Amino acid sequence: MSMEPLTDLPRQERGRWRAQHLSLVIGAAITLGIIAIALLSVVWTPHDPNPTPLPIAERLKPPAGAHWFGTDLYGRDVLSMIMVGARNSILVALVAVGIGVGIGVPLGLFAAARRGWLDDVIMRVNDLVFAFPALLLAIMITALLGPGAINAIIAIGIFNIPVFARVTRGAALSLWTREYVLAARVAGKGSALISIEHILPNVANILVVQATIQFSLGILAEAALSYVGLGTQPPMSSWGRMLSESQTMFAFAPHVAIFPGLAIVITVLGLNLLGDGLRDMLDPRLRRERSTA
Amino acid sequence: MRRALGKSLGLAALAVALLAGLAPHAALAARTDVTIGMQLEPPNLDPTGGAAAAIDEVVYANVFEGLTRIGADGSVLPALAASWDISDDGLVYTFNLRDGVTFHDGTAFDAEDVKFSLDRARAEDSTNAQKALFAAIDSVEAVDALTVKVTLSRLEGAFLFNIGWGDAVIVAQETAADNATRPVGTGPFMFSDWVQGDRVELVRNPDYWGKPAQLEKATFKFISDPTAAFAAVMAEDVDAFPIFPATETLAQFEADPRFSVVVGSTEGETILAINNGRAPFDDIKVRQALAHAIDRQAVIDGAMFGYGTPIGTHFAPHHPAYVDLTSQYPYDPERARALLAEAGHGDGLTVSLKLPPPSYARRGGEIIQQQLAAIGVTAEIENLEWAQWIAEPFKGKDYDLTIVSHTEPMDIGIYARDDYYFDYHSDAFKAIMTELNNTTDPARRTELFQDAQRRITDDAVNVFLFELAKAGVWNAKLKGLWANAPVQANDLTGAYWED
Repeated sequence: MSMEPLTDLPRQERGRWRAQHLSLVIGAAITLGIIAIALLSVVWTPHDPNPTPLPIAERLKPPAGAHWFGTDLYGRDVLSMIMVGARNSILVALVAVGIGVGIGVPLGLFAAARRGWLDDVIMRVNDLVFAFPALLLAIMITALLGPGAINAIIAIGIFNIPVFARVTRGAALSLWTREYVLAARVAGKGSALISIEHILPNVANILVVQATIQFSLGILAEAALSYVGLGTQPPMSSWGRMLSESQTMFAFAPHVAIFPGLAIVITVLGLNLLGDGLRDMLDPRLRRERSTA
Repeated sequence: MRRALGKSLGLAALAVALLAGLAPHAALAARTDVTIGMQLEPPNLDPTGGAAAAIDEVVYANVFEGLTRIGADGSVLPALAASWDISDDGLVYTFNLRDGVTFHDGTAFDAEDVKFSLDRARAEDSTNAQKALFAAIDSVEAVDALTVKVTLSRLEGAFLFNIGWGDAVIVAQETAADNATRPVGTGPFMFSDWVQGDRVELVRNPDYWGKPAQLEKATFKFISDPTAAFAAVMAEDVDAFPIFPATETLAQFEADPRFSVVVGSTEGETILAINNGRAPFDDIKVRQALAHAIDRQAVIDGAMFGYGTPIGTHFAPHHPAYVDLTSQYPYDPERARALLAEAGHGDGLTVSLKLPPPSYARRGGEIIQQQLAAIGVTAEIENLEWAQWIAEPFKGKDYDLTIVSHTEPMDIGIYARDDYYFDYHSDAFKAIMTELNNTTDPARRTELFQDAQRRITDDAVNVFLFELAKAGVWNAKLKGLWANAPVQANDLTGAYWED
């Protein structure tokens, strides 16, 4: 699904492209920025996010001088914690999306290729998982396996599987009727090979968009799980836990809640803008609708 | 004009007369109901059949009474027993019961009820959570309707205190089985309603034997979330939160003239409990290293926002027999590292740290985790709900370290219990406790209590952190609530509203 050069588009369409481009650019910039901050936190943070022992005497200092975002109730530097928290959020969401893609996409391809009762079984099991509210499922899984970042990843990953399976199957089904697929079958290729060589490259666009959206949902889910104490455990910083720890202090030390809250909002906003932009750019159906409108 | 003036004067006179007439009524119309906030809902309402502090915090002294009762200052006061005589050998207690006492269901209270209650509590199949309180009782005899004779098999110095606990209240034989859901006692308040998950309502007992309560109605409302608790008090939806869960917000209440913030003491020794039976904690050097690694004041400041008194042993600092042992293992990470190295753990340790829900444990746990990290001990935090905590560390001894507050009064005796979750076994300590139980001389008892305190600190059984403060918030006009918590109770007998 190659992109037509901009100059080939009518003028009105070009203006629309710029507008779409804008959300894509803003989204990409925010996302890259957050990723850069997360990577930076591996080698440098303004302060140790987890000093041993904790500098209790420094607690709840408002944003100023040495601590740009202030300090939390144990005297830790909020900015450093947010930087490390970014790394944690991204890692959890990334691996969870990886699980969803790694299991969901093959399932979807397989279901579309085989059809019949196996397709039904796979998709009904998917529906079953899908029918649970995602967070409820995650809470159930972490309650079962015990709290912790690894289990949060598994939990968020599991509710990503049906999303990717369903999207892949839907798109693949329509491709199986195309002439080039028929041609490949006539040429004697097996359905596995066709799925990999012809179907997968053509559903990749949709998957990239879906992955971006699931990524932002994953970050929200990690924050929510950590907020209720089932996600990332101390001493690792987590945006969700920072929020839950600060809720009774909002009245007299608002900075401990505002900064992690902003971090979540900005990251999720950035990923959603990026996802929207990518979809507008890559989804052939949307583009066709636009050009005929 | 004149007529108008006269008319208004007349109206004014009428108004004054009306006001004068109304004034006494206004005074009488002071509020007679109260809503008390509690963080945990009691699992049932029978203090003789459950260990949860929340049970006593609703029904003790309000619905149920014992032969004796514990007053606001921790002293033993007469309750259903108007007086008592102790035989010269200290083994026979003769209680003279109050006359004219009835249970809330109208049946009369007499010596048979006392015999039934005490025999039931100490029976083989008793579900009483504090059976040790009754261990010294040999027999209970109803001499006549208003006289009970209790014979002990051994001396028990704290007997009158023990039978003042919520676990030793007197219940009626006919209603004992239903007390869990419909408690029937002899107290100044009667049970009225329990909306599970929300509140318990009590109403005044019009036939109370003693001075009747001034409040007509009391509601205990259960709000587990600290933020919601804060909002409920601020909005005056609850009139008092005697054990307020979020100490960080107390400054806001203090600044508000509508509220009184009363910080008192509790019997809650908050400890970093150590599984003495499990390696490497069976080595005293490791336990001493932990003790040296903990900066108590940092834990109090960070977890409790400064509310709490450091302790060096398992004993309440406001008790006369308390010994200050906080300097026996001063905060000294270097010394802690050296002790660990001596014990053969110079390259560090990885242990589990299981934390129950209260903020002293969860926050204290994070601070202690970092303090331990400073001496090379990696503590992996595991947050548990109360039911899990009871099942794993407390009953199953399945833990390395945990943080908990022991809120029962005078509970140093738990260190003599072989089955207790510390897994601490010391013949020397048991000998002290045995002698203590056989001693009634106050001076000697104090000495023995002090020996006991020193013994467990010498053995570094646990890391003793701080005595939990009872930080209560209540409406400034509400008077007569307890500032301290010598027993688990919200005694509303003397509570009233000031105009």
